[in-house]
Amino acid sequence: MSDRQKRIAALKQAAKNRILILDGGWGAMIQRKGLEEADFRGDRFADYQGHMKGNNDILCLTRPDVVTDLHDTFYAAGADISETNTFSSTVIAQADYDLGATEVVDINREGARLARASADAWTAKESDKPRFVAGSIGPLNKMLSMSPDVNDPGARAVTFDEVYDAYRMQIEALNEGGVDMYLIETITDTLNCKAALKAIMDLEADGLEALPIWISGTITDRSGRTLSGQTVEAFWNSVRHAKPFAVGLNCALGADLMRPHIATLARITDTLVAAYPNAGLPNAFGEYEETPEATSAMLGEWAQSGLVNILGGCCGATPEHIAAIANAAQGAAPREISERPRAMRLSGLEPFEVA
Amino acid sequence: MSEQTATFINIGERTNVTGSAVFRKMITEGRYADAVEVARQQVENGAQIIDVNMDEGMLDGALAMRTFLNLIAAEPDIARVPVMIDSSKWDVIETGLKCVQGKAIVNSISLKEGEELFLKQAREILSYGAATVVMAFDEKGQAETADEKLRICQRAYDLLTEKVGFPPEDIIFDPNIFAVATGIEEHNDYARAFIDAAGRIREAMPGVHVSGGLSNVSFSFRGNEPVRRAMHSVFLYHAIKAGLNMAIVNAGQLDIYDDIEPELRERVEDVILNRRDDATERLLEIAERYRGQKGQVQEKDLAWREKPVRERLVHALVHGVTEYIDADTEEARLAAERPLHVIEGPLMDGMNVVGDLFGDGKMFLPQVVKSARVMKQAVAHLLPFMEDEKEKAGLAGKSNGKVVMATVKGDVHDIGKNIVGVVLQCNGYEVVDLGVMVPCETILDTAEKENADIIGLSGLITPSLDEMVFVAAEMQRRGMKKPLLIGGATTSPAHTAVKIEPGYDAAPTIHVADASRAVGVVSNLLSDEARPKLWEETKTKYAQMRASREGGGPKERLTLEKARAGRFRPGWNAHEPAKPSFIGAQAVDDVSLEDVLPFIDWTPFFMSWDMPGRYPQILEDTKRGEAARELWADGQKMLDQLVTEKWLTLKAAVGFWQANAEGDDIALWADENRDAELATLFTLRQQIKKKEGANVALSDFLKPKTDGADWIGGFCVTAGHGEVERAEAFKAAHDDYSSIMVKALADRFAEGFAEYLHARVRREFWGYAPDENLSADELIAEKYAGIRPAPGYPSQPDHTEKATLFDLLGAPDRAGVSLTSSYAMTPPASVSGLYFAHPDSHYFALGKIERDQVEDYARRKGWDLQTAERWLGPVLNYNPNQELLSKAS
Repeated sequence: MSDRQKRIAALKQAAKNRILILDGGWGAMIQRKGLEEADFRGDRFADYQGHMKGNNDILCLTRPDVVTDLHDTFYAAGADISETNTFSSTVIAQADYDLGATEVVDINREGARLARASADAWTAKESDKPRFVAGSIGPLNKMLSMSPDVNDPGARAVTFDEVYDAYRMQIEALNEGGVDMYLIETITDTLNCKAALKAIMDLEADGLEALPIWISGTITDRSGRTLSGQTVEAFWNSVRHAKPFAVGLNCALGADLMRPHIATLARITDTLVAAYPNAGLPNAFGEYEETPEATSAMLGEWAQSGLVNILGGCCGATPEHIAAIANAAQGAAPREISERPRAMRLSGLEPFEVA
Repeated sequence: MSEQTATFINIGERTNVTGSAVFRKMITEGRYADAVEVARQQVENGAQIIDVNMDEGMLDGALAMRTFLNLIAAEPDIARVPVMIDSSKWDVIETGLKCVQGKAIVNSISLKEGEELFLKQAREILSYGAATVVMAFDEKGQAETADEKLRICQRAYDLLTEKVGFPPEDIIFDPNIFAVATGIEEHNDYARAFIDAAGRIREAMPGVHVSGGLSNVSFSFRGNEPVRRAMHSVFLYHAIKAGLNMAIVNAGQLDIYDDIEPELRERVEDVILNRRDDATERLLEIAERYRGQKGQVQEKDLAWREKPVRERLVHALVHGVTEYIDADTEEARLAAERPLHVIEGPLMDGMNVVGDLFGDGKMFLPQVVKSARVMKQAVAHLLPFMEDEKEKAGLAGKSNGKVVMATVKGDVHDIGKNIVGVVLQCNGYEVVDLGVMVPCETILDTAEKENADIIGLSGLITPSLDEMVFVAAEMQRRGMKKPLLIGGATTSPAHTAVKIEPGYDAAPTIHVADASRAVGVVSNLLSDEARPKLWEETKTKYAQMRASREGGGPKERLTLEKARAGRFRPGWNAHEPAKPSFIGAQAVDDVSLEDVLPFIDWTPFFMSWDMPGRYPQILEDTKRGEAARELWADGQKMLDQLVTEKWLTLKAAVGFWQANAEGDDIALWADENRDAELATLFTLRQQIKKKEGANVALSDFLKPKTDGADWIGGFCVTAGHGEVERAEAFKAAHDDYSSIMVKALADRFAEGFAEYLHARVRREFWGYAPDENLSADELIAEKYAGIRPAPGYPSQPDHTEKATLFDLLGAPDRAGVSLTSSYAMTPPASVSGLYFAHPDSHYFALGKIERDQVEDYARRKGWDLQTAERWLGPVLNYNPNQELLSKAS
């Protein structure tokens, strides 16, 4: 068994024993560092035309010390899993910064290596609490299910094959860099996610080492639907074929508004359920004000109620939040996985079952 | 395999260029906006899946597929259903798979080009996350016989599940429907072979589905639509029974099997089932007679949408369909002179049909309540217009009559009352429902203020009977002349005759056994012709009941002294009382709804809906089965949601105390010295004269003080936290069905929780049976040691004993349950009782008791005799009023 497969076995064992903790939101943490344009560019992009500031993922190459520090901070706060700083590292998203395949592959591979090194150091230090790395695969700024042009509903800004190729490149590089699992997150369009899933399944069929897949959708508002219009159950039916290690929701909502949707997932899925909401909803200045106590009280209740297997935070969730969440979930039994009766479960925007 | 018919899926073929000429024309002419409308209509008409096929020689199929799927993805009312991507060309299928975010079905792949390609395509489909149709087609061709169909499907199944890891439930076999009655002898068995294969495939390969394109079977009769329709219906009838659970079919081209003209049906059946050699000739003989005839087109489920609005409303009411009711009601309103006419006209017509069907036993209560939901929604839609009209004309409201209903003071049970209210409303009566725990004066004041025609009282616990007697007496005192209806689980014609009716003689007082009787009684009471007759009949009947009761006289009882001498003596030698794990009361709040589920006895659930019968047998009952299954499905659906969303919070208090029998009472000790008494629980002793067996009191199950230490337990559980709010919310949304349902479920949880807790008490808290291991059925059948009798029930009918128990338990704080003035528990979905551990302890009914015991009991409890007689009213073996009267005279 490879070291990585041993880690994956340990991950699965840990998930049986307790609720696992994911890290928090990176955006605000990076902002706190007060980095300048020059930090983002580093030596490699010193002559770059235009603004690099704001391209947080590039820090994997230009300020690896900042990235490592954030991994360490969250692991220190009690996270079992930290995400690579690669949320937007596809050729489609990085086209905004005129970065191409070479840079994108480098970001993913380096991002994975930084997280790997930090996790391994923590595992070495605290052998009873192994740390894991999730390769962050974020959404795209272009969607496959929606038209960019209100006057032409049939138009699409991107093709399935382009999305597939972009994700395939990212996935391969993350795998090479040493991640323990893929985390397809903040999914706004299920078809984009399905392209990523197909890329993973095809790569594995072609011989790439298989890693657990964690699928995390986003319910955008009180309508209870994804941005592309699906209900939670329809979403699950659409992605279940990838046999994910975990499925869940993140971002957009705070814990209070997310709870009913997590409860639905807890009822219908036959795999681990993961949730990492925002620290409430942003105020008028875009700041998240929910205190660690408030967030962790709610997530603690989910843990006590047996709804979840993995908890963490998204936008606005600081290391203090993660520490509070870890504390609140401590001792709670992870949600038990139960089989559902066999049926063909199809979906459009809504689920449809043929028993 | 007939139970699978319930899940039959019709797949529309109108967005299929090979199935619809109109659609093909739209696509070839590039009229995609029109094509999208076809899809929309299909979904609006109830299509559960839409089949999209662009296989037309002149088209770029892949481009057309992508264009169309992208367009419908932008239409939420279309995109809500899954898509079937239908093409014989793989590139078109793959293009389609790249356009759908949902989980689609591919139609189809097969072994036609060999295993390699088949496996490759199946892997692709799996990685796109779709289900697939597999044709019974291999390298040698399409399977024709049942054996061949089975063989090819089995081969495909093995490859898919073993080599690809394809989930069986995502495989749909299409074992080829071919034309029959072609004149070629080899074709005669095609339909039968399909039907045979459908059954064998589903049996041999669990989880898979069977589908087919229906129109092929009747190909040789093209141009003769009536015969084709008959063939389709007959074919489906048999194939669905065998195991077919999906089909591509134009639902508008189906007849109801029973509606097919018998001669045609028989001859079609001969052809489909290949029952005789001359079947084709015989069908041909008569086929011409039907050509050009307009068959009874019964578009399954949705043909009724084509009917006039009046009939649509009736249909919606009878079938409980709320989907279109607002639009239909609005249409009827626009056509009517006044909004009220819509109620008096089509809506009442519909409810009358419902009433008739209910009366004939062809509809059952849950269905009626669903109808009522439709009615309420329609009325809610009309209400603003009627208010508006009233305001303009200054008119007062008119109705068939007005009934004021209430659950009497001290009682919180209202499921039955709500059902009666709904049924009355369905029949056009205005119902003023005052809710639960309504004081007498509120009921009577409201009745007067509202100018009600009738007053209805309901109650479930025995003290409510006295409250009803009181209300009747008050009506008499006030000089009211409104008929009084009595209902509820503990009420009876006898009690009404003996206790209530004599106290109120100004208007009819009538006991109503159940909801189905309520309408008849109310309508008779409101009719000037019928009322005198009904009143006369009732008076006579009740007078006879009183006479026969008095004439029969009280049964002979033992004196209390003799009864005590014959007390029950449990075996103390074989049983050494066990000490509970704690003394005093504790809260139990670690129990989830899931924990309790296995402990629920579902039989009373059906009873609460007026559907007596044992669960699960009732689901298969020939008469009630269908309604029971529907009720069960609705109940389970809500149950699911209730559990996941945690609508109810379970709370309980449980306690144990050192205790001994002291005569007929039970002394609870403050500590192990057993000299300071913490509380006394009073019990009552059977006085019935028995040929054999003891005269039992609950105290008999405990050791007397002199015999050594013993213990008693007590509990109060509730599933009522959250229930009332839910029920009210449903009610506010005009959904009485769900409102009643949530209460019925909460009651089940309360009872199940009591059973659950008792099991834990035996194994853990008290721990006198730590190794007990019983199944849910054995638990429901109470095959365990020890009992948990409740005050107010047959072993101890005195409800006031609950007060002592609740004090001991600290039930209001620990479980959030308190007692009303009549000692009903609130929230209502609560159960309380005492625990006795002795293996010989058993449930018994006290039966009637004599005055000597009532006097003794009053003395022990520090009551006067009258108070004792009031609380023990239902079990007195004598008429206390009579004795008072005779004393006074």
